Amino acid sequence: MMFDIPLLSLVIWLPILGGIAVLLNGDNVFTRPLSLIVSIATLYFSFGLYTGFDNATHEMQFVEHLPWIATYGIHYSLGIDGFSMPLIILTTFSTIVVVIAAWEVIQDRISQYMAAFLIMSGLMIAVFAALDVILFYVFFEAMLIPLFLVIGIWGGPNRVYATIKFFLYTFFGSVFLLIALLYLRYVSGSFAILDFHTVALTLQEQIWLFLAFLIAFAVKVPMWPVHTWLPDAHVEAPTGGSVILAAITLKIGGYGLLRFALPITPDAAMTLDWFVIALSLTAIVYIGFVALVQADLKKLIAYSSIAHMGFVTLGLFVVFGIFENSATGSGAVLAVEGAMVQMVSHGFIAAAMFLCVGVLYDRMHTREISAYGGVINTMPLFAGFSVFFAMANAGLPGTSGFVGEFMVILASFQANFWYAFLAATTLILGAAYSLWMVKRVVFGEVSNDNVAALEDLNQREFWLLTVLALIVLIIGLWPAPLIDVMHSSVEHLLTQVSQSKL
Amino acid sequence: MMFEVANMSFALPEMFLLTMACVILLIVAFFKQTGASLAYGLSQLTMIASAVLVYREIGGLEGLAYSDTYIRDALSNALKIAIFVINIAVLMYSTSYLKARDLFKGEYYVLAVFATLGMSVMVSAHHFLTLYLGLELMSLCLYAMVAMHRDSAVATEAAMKYFILGALASGMLLYGMSIIYGVTGSLSISAVATAIQTGGLDNTVLSFGLVFLVIGVGFKLGAVPFHMWLPDVYEGAPTAMTLFIATTPKLAAFAMMIRLLVEGLGDIQMYWQDMLVMLSVLSVVLGNIVAIAQTNLKRMLAYSTISHVGFILLGIISGTDEGYAGSLFYALTYTLMTLAAFGMIILMSRRGFEAEEIADYKGLSQRHPWFALMMLIVMFSMAGIPPLVGFYAKLAVIKSIIDIGLISVAVLVVVMSVIGAFYYLRVIKVMYFDEAEEAYEIDAPTDMRIMVSANAVAVLGLGLFPGSLMALCASVFMS
Repeated sequence: MMFDIPLLSLVIWLPILGGIAVLLNGDNVFTRPLSLIVSIATLYFSFGLYTGFDNATHEMQFVEHLPWIATYGIHYSLGIDGFSMPLIILTTFSTIVVVIAAWEVIQDRISQYMAAFLIMSGLMIAVFAALDVILFYVFFEAMLIPLFLVIGIWGGPNRVYATIKFFLYTFFGSVFLLIALLYLRYVSGSFAILDFHTVALTLQEQIWLFLAFLIAFAVKVPMWPVHTWLPDAHVEAPTGGSVILAAITLKIGGYGLLRFALPITPDAAMTLDWFVIALSLTAIVYIGFVALVQADLKKLIAYSSIAHMGFVTLGLFVVFGIFENSATGSGAVLAVEGAMVQMVSHGFIAAAMFLCVGVLYDRMHTREISAYGGVINTMPLFAGFSVFFAMANAGLPGTSGFVGEFMVILASFQANFWYAFLAATTLILGAAYSLWMVKRVVFGEVSNDNVAALEDLNQREFWLLTVLALIVLIIGLWPAPLIDVMHSSVEHLLTQVSQSKL
Repeated sequence: MMFEVANMSFALPEMFLLTMACVILLIVAFFKQTGASLAYGLSQLTMIASAVLVYREIGGLEGLAYSDTYIRDALSNALKIAIFVINIAVLMYSTSYLKARDLFKGEYYVLAVFATLGMSVMVSAHHFLTLYLGLELMSLCLYAMVAMHRDSAVATEAAMKYFILGALASGMLLYGMSIIYGVTGSLSISAVATAIQTGGLDNTVLSFGLVFLVIGVGFKLGAVPFHMWLPDVYEGAPTAMTLFIATTPKLAAFAMMIRLLVEGLGDIQMYWQDMLVMLSVLSVVLGNIVAIAQTNLKRMLAYSTISHVGFILLGIISGTDEGYAGSLFYALTYTLMTLAAFGMIILMSRRGFEAEEIADYKGLSQRHPWFALMMLIVMFSMAGIPPLVGFYAKLAVIKSIIDIGLISVAVLVVVMSVIGAFYYLRVIKVMYFDEAEEAYEIDAPTDMRIMVSANAVAVLGLGLFPGSLMALCASVFMS
């Protein structure tokens, strides 16, 4: 390691301490610039994780290891591999988006708002970087506190119901995770995640542990049928809350499955892969239809998020079918990489979609699709962006939304034709709900006086959406750098998954 | 008969407490005008000095003394220091409350110091009689304390309930002790332990006696189904007295449980383990579910205490040193959190406004963001959300029962803690998401504000760095 400063700790604690500084500073003219500086500095340092990253190894990098609770052998243990690094950069980037998006929009208790997001950003990075299960769990749970407050304080009319539902749902999921982790500690005698990967477990044990992991992470992803908190939370959350929810917290569910469920309980995952695949396909197909009939813009995007996250879980669990059908397992690499790309890409696209809704909501204070119509006449720039992101959401080739879905569908063919067939329906459903929404909101005649009075994007909104659009295009046209960083980690994961622990 | 020269240093803190209690009593009797202020200052000094006395003896001579009636060990040292230090904060909070309500009288401090003496004796008792002596000294002071607000009908009612049920519990405990005496032929806890270890006793009678001991301990801790006094007393007593009852006496009761069940009857663990599992599970379930229905914050905290007691019992159930250490950690952090919660209630209240209803906290974050944040920390900590100290307490005890294979119990209690999270969240919801109905000011003295802040920050700080306190708890049982 060439780094004298512990880069991971810096990226974790800089936003947390910065957030506390913003909070102590209070609401004044410095609040916004200070938050922006902290978030940009965090992004800058997190790039150090990318430039210093060694693609050739699956080993943990940037490792930090200090005793924390010596009595129980719990360590402050950090490290990243090809799975966590892209997600950390996604987190640091999304934080800037949130800070800028809130610039003029949030007027009430701005310092608390900014502080909540900065602190949450540090906590989420720590979740991706933690290599000790208790450390992981602490950050995993602590993350709920700022988000709970954000939705509850700055949310819509029904925010209290939504935020308490969100909190209790995710808390309920994660307590089983705690039991599973403590049981694994009992079996392995260690709290290190990497030690859990190698511990021997019977099938019976694995199945219970797997179910515990599944409950915890399926709620976060969220998978059908434990998804019902997400539309409520998204609808009531302020724009920034929706962006972070969609871009990062959902990814923690997928990341948890990658980091815990697959390598620790591979045999149970193999035994129960049909179950997860069934839930994933239900999410893709059924939730796709549900999205179609939504009358609320945010609800529609929330349901589309659930459908897109279905690809992530499908990609992760379809690997067992691929191993059965092909000796090489190259399709399995494709599936897992597709799931990862889908996570990153969805982070950008969903963030952009929620920002677009935020732009409209700030002007009209309604999210009803029927309240809009003919927005293109008054907001041509906005219309361009929203059509582009809707296309990306529908998986148009050339955008990042296409890459992940395509990889997963392609890989699914090697497992089972019908998996691929059902997954591919998303190309129709996704296009249907995305484009129909755009048609109703953007195109047509100006439907009412409010729409006629709309003003187009201001500088801040324009540049924010431009940057997001560029990223979506870049990942769509040239996903190789993203795939390269995760390649060795994916192959290592597949070796772990293919070796029975029995 | 042989006499030994007793080593006075073993009971030095207790002797000091007794002397000071008598001095304060005299001062209160003779100085009508300034007695209360003097008594307050002296009792604070007493707490500090007693803590120092215990601290100085750490690492010194340990073991039994005074014909095996008394013990000084790591547990007694740790718990005594905790009791004295916590009582400093308790006295400060309650003084602020009493002064605002014409209840600022010297008697309160006399009772408080005597009660502390009782607790201290309980913690060090290693004989059924000393234990009972300490317990009664503490309890009688607490009964009187609750009844001190003579004009208040609810307080008197609470005192009556507390007295009658407390006396019943003491009776049960005494009955159990007498049965065990009948079987083992000794009142000394170490002799009882030896007799049980040697064997040849009538196990039926022994377990019969054990049942009464468990009932007695359950009553004092407030475990279901012996919890009935707790909500009424918490709600009815003036907040300053509730604060006193809810904090350090639980540490003393914890010590009593360790002395009786673990040190005395540790060899028949298989008998008391199942009883405690029942008490623990019932406490966690009932405490968490019934708390949801409460609108009064003090009553809600009473049910929350019941559920915390259930968690404290979990570590004892495990029967391992690690489990006991976990329970001790839980008991200490519970005391710290409860102290902060009642401290907040006192801070918010003023004459004619008790700040007892959850609705009284509406919109607190808009007017007093700092104290709303402090309350938020305490509530999340009680709910067991990391990175606050309440999480590590739950982690420690749940880990200990998973290690002995009681996974179903672990699953049940964590699911209950999710249900429990709801009522803590509701307090936060009221503070952060609701609009304030009327503007009101906090007119608490500065020392009170600083202490409550320090208290809540300690809950956060111990959550970020729980290592040293955990190591301390572990060293108590694993040395």
